[in-house]
Amino acid sequence: MFYREAGQFKVSYEADQAVFPIAQDRLAMLALLLIAFFVVPFVASEYVYRAVLIPVVILSLAAIGLNVLMGYCGQVSLGSGAFMAIGAYAAYNFAIRLPFLNPFVCVLLGGFVAAGVGIAFGVPSLRIKGFYLACATLAAQFFADWAFLRIKWFTNYTPSGSINAPPLEVFGFVLSSPAANYLVSLGFTVVLAIATKNIVRGHIGRQWMAIRDMDIAAEIIGVRPMYAKLSAFAVSSFLIGVAGALWAFVYLGSWEPAAFSIDRSFQLMFMVIIGGLGSILGSVLGAGFIVLLPIFLNQALPPLGALFGWSISTATVSHFEAMIFGALIVFFLIVEPHGLARLWSVAKEKLRLWPFPH
Amino acid sequence: MGLRKLALLGAAIASAGVIATAAPGSVWAQNEQFIPGLVYRTGAYAPNGIPFADGVRDYITLLNERDGGINGVKISFEECETGYATDRGVECYERLKGKGPTGAAYFSPLSTGITFALTEKAPGDKMPLITMGYGRSESRDGAVFEWNFPLLGTYWTAANVAIQHIGKEIGGLDKLKGKKIALLYHDSPYGKEPIAALEAMSKKYGFEFLPIPVPAPGSEQKSQWLQIRQQRPDYVLLWGWGVMNSAAVTEAGNVNYPRDKMIGVWWSGAEPDVVPAGDKGAGYKALMLQHPAGKAPVYADLEKYVIGPGKSLAKPDEIGSVLYNRGLINSMLGTESIRTAMAKFGNKPMTGEQVRWGIEHLDLTAERIKQLGFEGMIGPIKVSCADHEGTRLSRVHQWDGKQWKVISDWYTADDTLLAPMVKDTAAKYAAEKKITPRDCSKES
Repeated sequence: MFYREAGQFKVSYEADQAVFPIAQDRLAMLALLLIAFFVVPFVASEYVYRAVLIPVVILSLAAIGLNVLMGYCGQVSLGSGAFMAIGAYAAYNFAIRLPFLNPFVCVLLGGFVAAGVGIAFGVPSLRIKGFYLACATLAAQFFADWAFLRIKWFTNYTPSGSINAPPLEVFGFVLSSPAANYLVSLGFTVVLAIATKNIVRGHIGRQWMAIRDMDIAAEIIGVRPMYAKLSAFAVSSFLIGVAGALWAFVYLGSWEPAAFSIDRSFQLMFMVIIGGLGSILGSVLGAGFIVLLPIFLNQALPPLGALFGWSISTATVSHFEAMIFGALIVFFLIVEPHGLARLWSVAKEKLRLWPFPH
Repeated sequence: MGLRKLALLGAAIASAGVIATAAPGSVWAQNEQFIPGLVYRTGAYAPNGIPFADGVRDYITLLNERDGGINGVKISFEECETGYATDRGVECYERLKGKGPTGAAYFSPLSTGITFALTEKAPGDKMPLITMGYGRSESRDGAVFEWNFPLLGTYWTAANVAIQHIGKEIGGLDKLKGKKIALLYHDSPYGKEPIAALEAMSKKYGFEFLPIPVPAPGSEQKSQWLQIRQQRPDYVLLWGWGVMNSAAVTEAGNVNYPRDKMIGVWWSGAEPDVVPAGDKGAGYKALMLQHPAGKAPVYADLEKYVIGPGKSLAKPDEIGSVLYNRGLINSMLGTESIRTAMAKFGNKPMTGEQVRWGIEHLDLTAERIKQLGFEGMIGPIKVSCADHEGTRLSRVHQWDGKQWKVISDWYTADDTLLAPMVKDTAAKYAAEKKITPRDCSKES
């Protein structure tokens, strides 16, 4: 009824190739962005910012980065935590060693350093594939863990190895309020997500997808595997590196290598798989699912138990949280192996015919 | 398609639920002081986290049951499970800091990682952190770290006392020259904290210092103990937490390193650290965060008001254990700080800012400690703006295979060595974070 594209005629190639060819989608996305930028800052509480919005927004960016590599180019990577760490530590080192730099510039430079390292660790992907590549990227993870624990220069010789981000100061304003932090991370994520969406729609993205679907065929029709794979590693690591720098500067403020451990890599991989491989929207949905569901379960279970007169201890809640979370992941993957993004497009299909499906 | 419909419906309900949880809105009693508890009753560090959490909880229950709270202000208490993970700890902090009519009184995260993350947030939220025996060593400088209180001891204090004890065992600090002392540490900010102090002392006393990192969580230590066997250090200092401690004691038994030449920090000196090692643990020594295992006079009231009526979550063997006692002391110091604050601001729920004033002016004399039933547990403590640690005392106890026995007298850490280090490191932190230190001579 509301979601019907009848009457929307595309009269140019441009209109036909638009990111959102359907007017309702365009309007909905615009409304969503307007709400995210202009309404949320007036209604969200500090808890919502710090525990919900900021982590989801930043990890969405990291998931988009991993999705470029895994979803679009088909290269399995277990090193995303490492690239986040590289982005974070590089941004930190730029910030303290070149104190005149704007922190936003430091964050972007962190992304570029991560891209460089990503290319280096992407080189093995030219010869090895699949699970073997996962092992090679795992090496990046362990290498980063080792380097940031052992090489004291990276942590500016702090005695404990834990470092503090300098305050986010831009043109004399200190962006320390939760709303400002949220808007900064949202700004980065939205701009980079739009950029990525356009890259994956263009000739570079088509090369990645050709490599993903069948690398030999792609090579025969003229796609250069080295260029395609390494560019995917570079773009992916750049996005993940920026996300890592934001995670460190905006969300944590003070961190140690454990913040970017192998667990973080797995978490990002789950986000991408559950959200939907090869979908920008899926990355955001996946990040929301993985970050919010445990918090939701943790808070919803005690009142739910109280409803049936059963007081649950904190330990039991957290056991239940892990069990239900795990069960839901398995359930979603069985029912919809293509992830939440596919679920969303199924919903849209249904919405088109609603309320008269036959 | 039935299942798929179900999944769609489930996703819709879950997202509605998430939005509903995010919406604020709870009601609390007006005249209650809220104290939050960041605990870990699950995960790799749970064996150590549970007795501590139970001690914290039981002392607060005792105050509510026996005295009706603090000066008539009832305490509401809520736990949040962190699983020792920093991001979950931050989420818990954000969830709990605004509860109660005046917000949370103070936080005690019992994790160096969470402490570091909260140290960034505390000044903005005006929220004091009581990090009893952990956290940043330089945070005892209250001029820079206005909101951090590493009461009863920091890792630099611990490192210094450990070296003093070794000096005493071998017949004088001057005999340390040429000795080799290894530090087997948890490879995290927690384990790295003492290194700076030990390096400084190795220069001063002329012993050789050998740091040996163990990757977290520390259950695998074969290669580290091989290194110890090759290097043959005269003493091994153990800076572990959770499963790493029992693994280290067991490995020491396997390679036959003398257990009485091992000295653990106070986080490596509790029952869960030695009991799993069985007979191999006998002889192992550890520093004490002042207090021993066993039951202080306060246990009479605990039995009567909390444990007897079944209001405690603690298992019988936890009661009187080292970490349970430490939980009691943590709550005691926190609630006594609230009492101190009430003396100035009136008998009503205190804000974090007022509690901070209370902790900074906490002054527990031996007499007051006896009154509280904590005689023999801790020495007198007096906190000030310049000294957020309050006291630098420690003792050593030894595991005889069945229980911990106190084997040393009180040591006082050598502040001529530590104070300049604290000042330097704190100044560096202040410069990095662009903080202007307070002038402690002007604080009242």
